[in-house]
Amino acid sequence: MNENVNEFWDWWIIVLVVINLVGCLALLYWTRKVKAEDENETTGHIYDGIEEYNNPLPHWWLNLFYITLAFSVVYLVLYPGMGTDYKGTLDWSQEKQHEQEVQTAKEKYQPLFDKYAAIPIEQLAQNKDAIGMGKRIFVNTCFGCHGSDGRGNPGYPDLTDNDWLWGGSAEEIKFSIVNGRTGVMPGFGPMLNADQLDGLVQYVGQLSGHKVDANAAETGKQVFDTQCFVCHGNDGKGNKMFGAPNLTDDIWLYSGSSTNIAKTIKEGRTGVMPAHGEILGDAKAHLVAAYVYSLSNQNESDQ
Amino acid sequence: MQHERLEKNIGLMGLLIVIVISFGGLAEIVPLFYLDDTTEPVDGLKPYTALQLEGRDIYIREGCSTCHSQMIRPLRAETERYGHYSVAGEHVWEHPFLWGSKRTGPDLARVGGRYSDEWHRVHLLNPRDVVAQSNMPAFPWLAEKTLTGELTGDKIAAFKNFFGVPYTDEDIANAKAEVEGKTELDAVVAYLQSLGHAIKDKR
Repeated sequence: MNENVNEFWDWWIIVLVVINLVGCLALLYWTRKVKAEDENETTGHIYDGIEEYNNPLPHWWLNLFYITLAFSVVYLVLYPGMGTDYKGTLDWSQEKQHEQEVQTAKEKYQPLFDKYAAIPIEQLAQNKDAIGMGKRIFVNTCFGCHGSDGRGNPGYPDLTDNDWLWGGSAEEIKFSIVNGRTGVMPGFGPMLNADQLDGLVQYVGQLSGHKVDANAAETGKQVFDTQCFVCHGNDGKGNKMFGAPNLTDDIWLYSGSSTNIAKTIKEGRTGVMPAHGEILGDAKAHLVAAYVYSLSNQNESDQ
Repeated sequence: MQHERLEKNIGLMGLLIVIVISFGGLAEIVPLFYLDDTTEPVDGLKPYTALQLEGRDIYIREGCSTCHSQMIRPLRAETERYGHYSVAGEHVWEHPFLWGSKRTGPDLARVGGRYSDEWHRVHLLNPRDVVAQSNMPAFPWLAEKTLTGELTGDKIAAFKNFFGVPYTDEDIANAKAEVEGKTELDAVVAYLQSLGHAIKDKR
């Protein structure tokens, strides 16, 4: 948009504001006294026999109006209210106020974040204050999937049990937070007949020590050894390169019922941890990583 | 003018009241219709795809904006949690805007990309499945209803012709095919994932 149009609107605002203020002042001045000849003159209003004297506004009330006008003039000098060119003597803007607020907080907290960011996560996980900060960030940001206690939900891993899809070292945890993870289990439904599917369900259950039909599990093992071992490993202990779960520990991301195992095998699963590097920034991701690390390494740190 | 004439002539008094009150709107609202800040899209703003647009209509139908705002105010407490504050240029193609005014649930202005598609599906069908303490109602019917796409092209055409959203004729022609057979759940998830990407909060 060109300059002239903006200038038109600047003047539009200025003129309207001035008309408004001058108009209010004129109206107050004009009505401040009633030029009644007879002191007992009434306005002629009668409500249930009650009449109204034709008196001017009380002084205190009138003065309040004058004060509001004076207030608005002071306001318009201090703050930007008269078009875009006049910024006000305080040079205030919403954006600047926000930047100022952020800056103040940064000066206050950044040294603390910097201090903690320089400490290795394993060591930070022993520091109660740092854990407290990490926990507060966690319950604000991560609760949606992992729960406010970090115990997870169906499809979203429990972070307290020391069973890890993508590795539980400090670096691996922080990498998961900053860059996110996507774990894909393809659906094998179209490739399996009913016997093979049931066999696999039995075999996967058997790996975790469930009571199963041994014959069917044997059929399942054959399929497992030709297909599933690629990600889950020959022994079914998973592979953190692909986020493939360990199938032998009876810990289930999507529940370990036969129905659910069958559903997972047939339809596949996609687990996504969104990247939080941009949302949290490095220093906060570091603190959250320390908190998450502490959840499953509590016993060690207590000893 | 005599006080009495004004007082006893309700039509005249109404007219003068409207004139007095209109000053505020004339100074504070009208210029916004013509300023760059409030009429030009921010760089990188993308019009909704056909599916996202249908999702937006379902968002409106279900009254999501009753409990979820889409307006991050320039206060540190909000920008820390939700990301960069909302700016007018992000909303120039919103008709009607869905800023909302009540936050029973969290602000959704930049919810896109924060959760996975699968999370949104589970959460919309029954929020308690992923957030135990949630008081959001469940919307199980979203998964059962299928979009026909009958009106999608017309909707896009309306946004193009009346509101100047830069859709192409191709967008209008492909609209039906793009949404037909998709569930309402697909559409809402697509819409939610599209929210708030025009401005990134870089720290």
